[in-house]
Amino acid sequence: MQSKLEKLKGTCVGIAGCGGLGSNCAMALARVGVGSLVIADFDVVTRENLNRQYYFLDQVGQKKVLALRDNIARVNPDVAVEAHDLRLGPDEVVHIFKNCTLIIEAFDRADMKLMIIETVSERFPDKFIIAASGLAGYGENNALRTRRLGSLFICGDETREVSPEMPPLAPRVGIVAAMQANQALEIILDDLALVGDDDAWDEL
Amino acid sequence: MAGESISVRELLTMMKFTFPLIVIKINGQLIKKEDYERVFIGDGDAVEAIHLISGG
Repeated sequence: MQSKLEKLKGTCVGIAGCGGLGSNCAMALARVGVGSLVIADFDVVTRENLNRQYYFLDQVGQKKVLALRDNIARVNPDVAVEAHDLRLGPDEVVHIFKNCTLIIEAFDRADMKLMIIETVSERFPDKFIIAASGLAGYGENNALRTRRLGSLFICGDETREVSPEMPPLAPRVGIVAAMQANQALEIILDDLALVGDDDAWDEL
Repeated sequence: MAGESISVRELLTMMKFTFPLIVIKINGQLIKKEDYERVFIGDGDAVEAIHLISGG
């Protein structure tokens, strides 16, 4: 296994968004030894973020990408982190993630999720994208799952939307972030083919 | 689905998929929202859909 994990050193993973999903996913990938991470976010760390995001009290007010780069370095200084403090649109996605093996969608807003899924599908048909949909609230462990549609993986319950009554909380957000990281490992270590067996749309 | 082919938009209406943000793939190919009216689904096409829900 250890020699298999060596493969991760030559791998670059892009992470779009450094909030609850992105910060936790990045730390998981750093711990297992992914060679390089390209991280992007425009936001700063707030006190409210600390209920689920991988930051610390003394980082409140810092740019998320810089704080996350520091946290990664404290765990695994061998990871090369490229931090982009910017708001991602289609052009930025293409520009900063072009050398990545695969891309993790870690936005909070649904319209941004759609933007990056469309952009990656259109501009990088040879890259996998691992997105998240439905992770608010607590409980219902077994509703969280992963589905595959070609080069797109979706992690989450595909149901629970964030609202004042249903906030995003550390356990469920962390589970989904770890599912995304786990899926990334499977893609990399098992050399998943882009054309594979899709999961059926069983809701129909 | 036998007989007439229907558009993606018609299928979504039929299935009561009313979420504002959705990813549709036909035979693995992503269909953009602006193409829902002019892309038609035929017999044997594999259609997949995913709701995109805020939170992260």
